[in-house]
Amino acid sequence: MKLDNIISSGTKATRDGFGAGLLELGHTNPKVVGLTADLMESLQMQHFQKEFPDRFFQVGIAEANMMGIAAGLATAGKIPFTGTFANFSTGRVYDQIRQSIAYSDKNVKICASHAGLTLGEDGATHQILEDIGMMRMLPGMTVINPCDFAQTKAATIAIAEHHGPVYLRFGRPAWPMFTDNLKFVIGKALHLASGKDVTIFATGHLVWTSIEAAKALAAEGISCEVINIHTIKPLDEEAILDSVSKTRAVVVAEEHQRNGGLGDAIANLLVHKMPVPMEYVGVKDSFGESGKPSELLDKYGLGKNDVIWAVKDVIDRKK
Amino acid sequence: MADISKLTELAQQVRRDIVRMVYNVQSGHPGGSLGCTEFFVALYGNVLKHSPKPFKMEGKNQDLFFLSNGHISPVWYSVLARTGYFPVTELNTFRKLNTRLQGHPATHEGLPGIRIASGSLGQGMSVAIGAALAKRLDGDKRTVFCLTGDGELQEGQCWEAIMFAAHNKVDNLVVTVDWNGQQIDGSNEHVLSLGNLPAKWKAFGWDVLVLNEGNNLEAVIAMLRKARRRCGKGKPVVILMKTEMGYGVDFMQGTHKWHGKSPNQEQFDSAMKQLPQTTLGDY
Ligand SMILES: Cc1ncc(C[n+]2csc(CCOP(=O)(O)OP(=O)(O)O)c2C)c(N)n1
Ligand SMILES: [Mg+2]
Repeated sequence: MKLDNIISSGTKATRDGFGAGLLELGHTNPKVVGLTADLMESLQMQHFQKEFPDRFFQVGIAEANMMGIAAGLATAGKIPFTGTFANFSTGRVYDQIRQSIAYSDKNVKICASHAGLTLGEDGATHQILEDIGMMRMLPGMTVINPCDFAQTKAATIAIAEHHGPVYLRFGRPAWPMFTDNLKFVIGKALHLASGKDVTIFATGHLVWTSIEAAKALAAEGISCEVINIHTIKPLDEEAILDSVSKTRAVVVAEEHQRNGGLGDAIANLLVHKMPVPMEYVGVKDSFGESGKPSELLDKYGLGKNDVIWAVKDVIDRKK
Repeated sequence: MADISKLTELAQQVRRDIVRMVYNVQSGHPGGSLGCTEFFVALYGNVLKHSPKPFKMEGKNQDLFFLSNGHISPVWYSVLARTGYFPVTELNTFRKLNTRLQGHPATHEGLPGIRIASGSLGQGMSVAIGAALAKRLDGDKRTVFCLTGDGELQEGQCWEAIMFAAHNKVDNLVVTVDWNGQQIDGSNEHVLSLGNLPAKWKAFGWDVLVLNEGNNLEAVIAMLRKARRRCGKGKPVVILMKTEMGYGVDFMQGTHKWHGKSPNQEQFDSAMKQLPQTTLGDY
């Protein structure tokens, strides 16, 4: 695909994609059940709840209990989709996920909204930036962070077909839509644009940011390959090594701590197989704060210009 | 100690502050804040033995307060500012970039009056118990107060704390429950019933007080004072305080719908008409 052909057709929140995907699953897969912890509409689960009230469980503000109930439903062959904010989907319930879901190999889909800084004004108590790290450390956990409405919808539908625990991470704000009609395959990187000077690997909201950065860089004569890593675990090693063998320079962009996220996952691969200069666009070991999403992305170094600078820095280091 | 008419005026100004703050940034939680206005005004304006300046984290020989349901930060910030913890003008920075008035209370930016971050529900009572234990160890006779939501009581950690406090006779602790019957997805009854709340707390070994008029300032003051008198008798004390969510703004009143929603221009104007400015003045 060509960079110029990637355009935004409007904006919608990724969580809306989740809500739409779950509703569709309700119709196509009777094993799918939903659970929420007093955040039904924030997760857009009311569509599913209205159509399939018997297959939906409101557990109240009790996330640990929700994870246990989901695990129990899974023992009987149901496919539970739990829905709460990303913070309360991971940190709050890490041991419940670890023991009752991951270690016990339960087919639970942990669906997490309002991840990262773009949650905005609610501030650091709610802006989890460590969740990808926590979830990818768990053996057997699949970790997915889609980038727009359509990809989140497609991912929601795809994970029902995959047997095993999944962490599906998405966000609160309306965000540009650009992946319409693109196929979603778990664990298969999405090649967005070819380039020769550097590869930008991006996930979640920062995919669009990376596309915009790559367009600006193209105008300056810098050619970026842009690859969307929606599945952070299992990582598409082949696609990554393929691209890096050509560009020999890497920038990773994610709405997460630099520690433990997609950047570390890729660094881990490259350090063993193909060490090359690499730069991170991510939060530098700090908590977030209240503010508008765009202000926060800028303040914490996750804006378009930050991607541009990272690309220039890494190209310098190549020389 | 301010007289009742002064505190009544303060309560009205606090309500104005709450609505203005939330409107200003089009985010935040007006419902619970308005419902708990009398509680905060009574606590800080009449009951607490505290010294706002200089603010000391350790709070030795002072009464302490911990807010567990951190989303009702607007009411707390307004009352803290108007009882001398920080400049009233700072209310204008609520939820904006670089503010000390984070969406949910935090210690990270050093806002005077805050001793622990809250926002993720269910954790505050445990912290209050820890602070009460420390007072006991230090021979400090003052009281620790804590406010928690009713929906919040669905978190298991609350009941771990409730069990611990009774078992360990933490009797320098007064917990108040904002018993407004509402949470995000609807009423407590609809989401997950709390059952017979007084009986539950009693069964867990607490001294249980029920206040039916949580939006009556004098009644709240009297009840908080009574609760403090009941301290030191071997049991932690809880006030189950009936309030009305959104109290003071007719269209926000008595519904979960204004838990975390901001008014539009028209709604804002209507709210301001219902809450005229006081001699204390807007921030
Ligand atoms: C652990 C956790 N889960 C979920 C939330 C999201 N949340 C914020 S407030 C709220 C409802 C709280 O109900 P209640 O304690 O009754 O407060 P009220 O709505 O009456 O102000 C929820 C579910 C949260 N902040 N923390
Ligand atoms: Mg409530």
